[in-house]
Amino acid sequence: MKIYLDNNATTPVDPQVLDAMLPYFGEKFGNAASRSHSFGWEAEEAVEHARQQVAELIGADSKEIIWTSGASESNNIAIKGVAEKYADKGRHIITQVTEHKAVIDPCKYLEQHGFRVTFLPVDHLGRVDVQQLADAIKNDTVLVSIMHGNNEIGTLQPIAEIGRLCKQRGVLFHTDGCQTFGKVPINVEEMGLDLLSCSGHKIHGPKGVGAMYVRRKRPRVICEALVHGGGHERNMRSGTLNVPGIVGLGKAAELCRLHLDSEPARIAALRDRLKDGLVAQLDEVHLNGHPTERTPTNLNLSFSYVEGESLMMGMSEIAVSSGSACTSASLEPSYVLKALGVGDELAHSSIRFSLGRFNTAVEIDYTVERVVAAVRKLRAMSPLYEMAQEGVDLKSVSWARD
Amino acid sequence: MAYSNKVIDHYQNPRNVGALDRDDPRVGTGIVGAPECGDVMKLQIQVDEHENIVAAKFKTFGCGSAIASSSLATEWVKGRSLDEALEIKNTDIVRELALPPVKIHCSVLAEDAIRAAVADLKAKLEARRARAAETAPQAAAK
Repeated sequence: MKIYLDNNATTPVDPQVLDAMLPYFGEKFGNAASRSHSFGWEAEEAVEHARQQVAELIGADSKEIIWTSGASESNNIAIKGVAEKYADKGRHIITQVTEHKAVIDPCKYLEQHGFRVTFLPVDHLGRVDVQQLADAIKNDTVLVSIMHGNNEIGTLQPIAEIGRLCKQRGVLFHTDGCQTFGKVPINVEEMGLDLLSCSGHKIHGPKGVGAMYVRRKRPRVICEALVHGGGHERNMRSGTLNVPGIVGLGKAAELCRLHLDSEPARIAALRDRLKDGLVAQLDEVHLNGHPTERTPTNLNLSFSYVEGESLMMGMSEIAVSSGSACTSASLEPSYVLKALGVGDELAHSSIRFSLGRFNTAVEIDYTVERVVAAVRKLRAMSPLYEMAQEGVDLKSVSWARD
Repeated sequence: MAYSNKVIDHYQNPRNVGALDRDDPRVGTGIVGAPECGDVMKLQIQVDEHENIVAAKFKTFGCGSAIASSSLATEWVKGRSLDEALEIKNTDIVRELALPPVKIHCSVLAEDAIRAAVADLKAKLEARRARAAETAPQAAAK
């Protein structure tokens, strides 16, 4: 039995999405920018329909949707594109420490190119303090970028409150919506969003395609393009459109919208079943991230005294991910968990379970049993567990290091 | 990163997991690493009256490669004298387990654990000999 609980990393394409895409490879293969023949027109029609499907999911106008190669690109356009376009207005950007690297790295890049970036800290549950954000806004602040839901720990930021603040202060507000688009209700008006990044492959759509919401009214937002050459997508992203991918993303968005009232709740119930099952049989299990303000599909737990990679090895037929240093090429533990102040030892002991549309209760129950068995086995092998059982306060031990 | 079969084998069937009595005069205990680094190994050895290692136990907090390295270490020290145990090199462990470069530090820690256990035991044995030497002249004098 192979079980996939790493849906925050990517998701299987929904069969309905694949069916919608297929005609656009061989049959309706036209370039959507070919204005002079029906091959182009039918591709364009499909692209415009997909724009509408995405827009409806977030309460936007379809003219406000730009196609990209994925949310990483959308984040880059939003941040670098706004910075460049509005550089005369100011060169200060505000973001926070638990953003995805696709937001942090463009910000760091801008720091090397004459911009100032404030990286706001988060509390122990992963939330930014809106008052701190308000205090950080200066006369030359042009952009605030705060993600909606965190990809590692699931914590939701107070987006609507931040949106209101940014509107008051006349600062553009971008949010990376990768983990919430299609899972949590989003309304760009109610949330005061100016820019939103969306990913296809996180919502059972194809990889290699994403979208951006770019506000057209009150105010009209323009991003300088990163990719020039033909002026596609309102001059913000040139290049022949990935028509099959776009059709897929549109269909995926539509499926999310049609089931937004029931699906997220169903998956959240499975997620809670997983958590409850584990907590009922194991002690010293810690939830990372906010207990209630979190995406419905995410469960990030630390199992004290057990290291994450060894735990994954002990349940190797179940796909999950870990914040442990041992699982990263750089041997650094998760910077998100560090930012929470979780402590390196618990960061090394963390496992992220992220559920999706195709997970079942049977899989969850099996996972509970496997995780419990693996944790027990590893605790029996753990010198830290042994010391804890003996009543040693691990924080008071001075460890021998090289 | 796929694990080598040997690493998986040590995880599924670890050799010598457990603990020896720290206070036993013939037991040496080495604890190396730190929780913040994601690797802590405790390795214990027990010698017979000829100071040859007859038993070894380990407990490890760490990834599969760390567990396998320390498990292998307990296998290898058995039957050796204390000085022979010090001949075990981390590179031998790397070769045996086919550890990739990013996991070499696990083998280094296992070698350190052996050294720490041996050092601890040698210190204990030395202290015991010193105490015996103190009382012996008095006993002879009686």
